[in-house]
Amino acid sequence: MSILVVGEQRDGTLNKMSLETVAAAQQFGAELSLPVHAALFGKGAEQAAAELAASKLDKVHVIEHELLDVYTPDAAALAVRQLVEKLGARLVLFPHTYQVRDYAPKLATAMDRVLVSDVIAHKREGDTTIFVRQLFQGKVNADVHCTGEPPFFASLQAGSFRADTREPGSAPVEKFTPSIEASQVRSKPLELFRESTRAVDLGAADIIVSVGRGIKDPENLPMIEQLAEALHAEIAASRPICDNGWLPMERQVGSSGQTVAPKMYLAVGISGAIQHLVGMKGSKIVVAINKDPEAPIFEIADYGIVGDLFQVVPALIEELKK
Amino acid sequence: MKIVVAIKQVPARDSLLRVDSSGKWIQDADLSYEINEPDAYALEAGLQLKEQYGGEVIVLCAGPARAAQTIREALAKGADRALHIEEDNLGGADPLVPARLMAAALKQEAPDLVLTGLQSDDLGMGQTGVILAELLGVPHATIIMHIEVNGKTMTVKRELEDGWFQNVEMPLPALLTMQSGSNKLRYATLMGIKKAKTKELKRISASDLGGLTQPKAALERIYFPERNKQSQLFEGNPKEAAAKLVEKLRFEARVI
Ligand SMILES: Cc1cc2nc3c(=O)[nH]c(=O)nc-3n(C[C@H](O)[C@H](O)[C@H](O)COP(=O)(O)OP(=O)(O)OC[C@H]3O[C@@H](n4cnc5c(N)ncnc54)[C@H](O)[C@@H]3O)c2cc1C
Ligand SMILES: Nc1ncnc2c1ncn2[C@@H]1O[C@H](COP(=O)(O)O)[C@@H](O)[C@H]1O
Repeated sequence: MSILVVGEQRDGTLNKMSLETVAAAQQFGAELSLPVHAALFGKGAEQAAAELAASKLDKVHVIEHELLDVYTPDAAALAVRQLVEKLGARLVLFPHTYQVRDYAPKLATAMDRVLVSDVIAHKREGDTTIFVRQLFQGKVNADVHCTGEPPFFASLQAGSFRADTREPGSAPVEKFTPSIEASQVRSKPLELFRESTRAVDLGAADIIVSVGRGIKDPENLPMIEQLAEALHAEIAASRPICDNGWLPMERQVGSSGQTVAPKMYLAVGISGAIQHLVGMKGSKIVVAINKDPEAPIFEIADYGIVGDLFQVVPALIEELKK
Repeated sequence: MKIVVAIKQVPARDSLLRVDSSGKWIQDADLSYEINEPDAYALEAGLQLKEQYGGEVIVLCAGPARAAQTIREALAKGADRALHIEEDNLGGADPLVPARLMAAALKQEAPDLVLTGLQSDDLGMGQTGVILAELLGVPHATIIMHIEVNGKTMTVKRELEDGWFQNVEMPLPALLTMQSGSNKLRYATLMGIKKAKTKELKRISASDLGGLTQPKAALERIYFPERNKQSQLFEGNPKEAAAKLVEKLRFEARVI
């Protein structure tokens, strides 16, 4: 029995969330008195494994197969399953990345299990591990536990476990060659590409005024522009604003947009879903204006006004002009 | 092309949430409900494919009786017929339970393409589509922005992190989980609303589909998260709140 972390890398560069997952697995391992293993797959896995191996781990497995060179959910699920079965892993942990979302539920289903996805914390009750995950876009938490026989599967949300608590060490690296047939891989991924070059570099702005769906209608945007002007700030937005075409895509902040860390980030009518937070939580000062006191954005705000933005923003503009 | 679109009914986005007496779910009696946002985009993509290549769009929904309202709205937008797995207790923790029912309901249909949203606004599992693909034995791709069908295969555009995209070629039948924002959503026309009343909405019970399976993950309780960061919040009169905030930003945080 062991705990297995399946990390992620691309072309030899480790996805840093893998280290958070290792740190979490070390905690779980200490609590459950289980050895912890880690694994990587894909072209460059061996190179990236070196960084993982500098942790207190029993072993790092480099899963090698030419059908894994380019990521496909079919090959990934088949390969990881074989390692899970070989190790007899009790608990398999993943970072909650787009790639994990793509293959881990398939893997769990193939093994007649369920993945507890997007976990933000854990607790112990006797012998049971309780996973905490978010419902309603971060407004409510839920305690969930796995039932039945192991292996259990869980993916961990970015930033929920701290990579700097990882215990260093020097783990042996071992190759594992799964058996995969070309006919089992049904999709053919093509090259990665980026859309357009970004004309606005939000990363360079000292102050960002960011607007969300609370603005209701694009006709109300001039109010936000005035606020930004009064603060000499750049304008950014949450995803739905850009999806609707109210502001250009290049102003989107979040996991699928830009990552920013200005001196001040002023979020107006933004709820604070995790996919937005990952793009701005490095900001020095976060200010939020939201009518809902339970909005998750207040969780990370230094200052906030609970109120109707249509009243608060004009008042704020007036105050700033003084 | 036979296209199935899985749609889920979820509490409207601005709902005021309260935990119910069981401690396991929210008080749902007086909430209003709407289609899960990415599912609306999945439906739009399905309707556009039908317009391009012909065929039919079948809406699939598992949920209580009230979900019929959301299904009717999808029919009014142009879906041809609907399968409603009417079930109150889909459990809050285990996406395999509803996915099994959905897979069973699709056994007779043999669709060319199944579309789901990438994630639900309430449970946020982000995995029901992928599970369904595995249960149906078809390939899948996730977080899709665009679909181009070329006969028996298609090329789809996947969103990746950090502004990257990737095209993927895959055979049909297949399942795709759709991202929001890729299309402009249509409104139901008056004509569409009228027509929807005559379209087939087939109710199926869980027991017709082999019953609910034993969950592999159990939800113990739900609760509001504790706010652990010391935020200074100003409430009340907007003018006073704005003045206080500006003072803090000038003299305490010194960012303006
Ligand atoms: C894979 C994936 C990637 C994603 N990538 C991103 C991304 O890069 N960036 C991103 O932003 N999102 C992203 N999202 C979407 C994200 O999950 C949220 O849906 C989105 O951030 C919500 O935007 P919002 O806060 O503007 O809208 P909502 O969640 O609808 O929030 C609106 C807020 O406005 C408040 N409000 C309403 N009216 C008023 C008023 N009059 N006065 C004051 N406040 C008011 C409400 O209380 C609410 O909190 C992604 C989702 C997924 C699944
Ligand atoms: N009860 C349901 N009925 C129909 N579709 C569903 C249901 N639950 C989930 N789905 C589909 O699966 C997607 C992902 O949901 P989830 O895995 O809960 O995040 C949703 O966007 C829907 O398209």
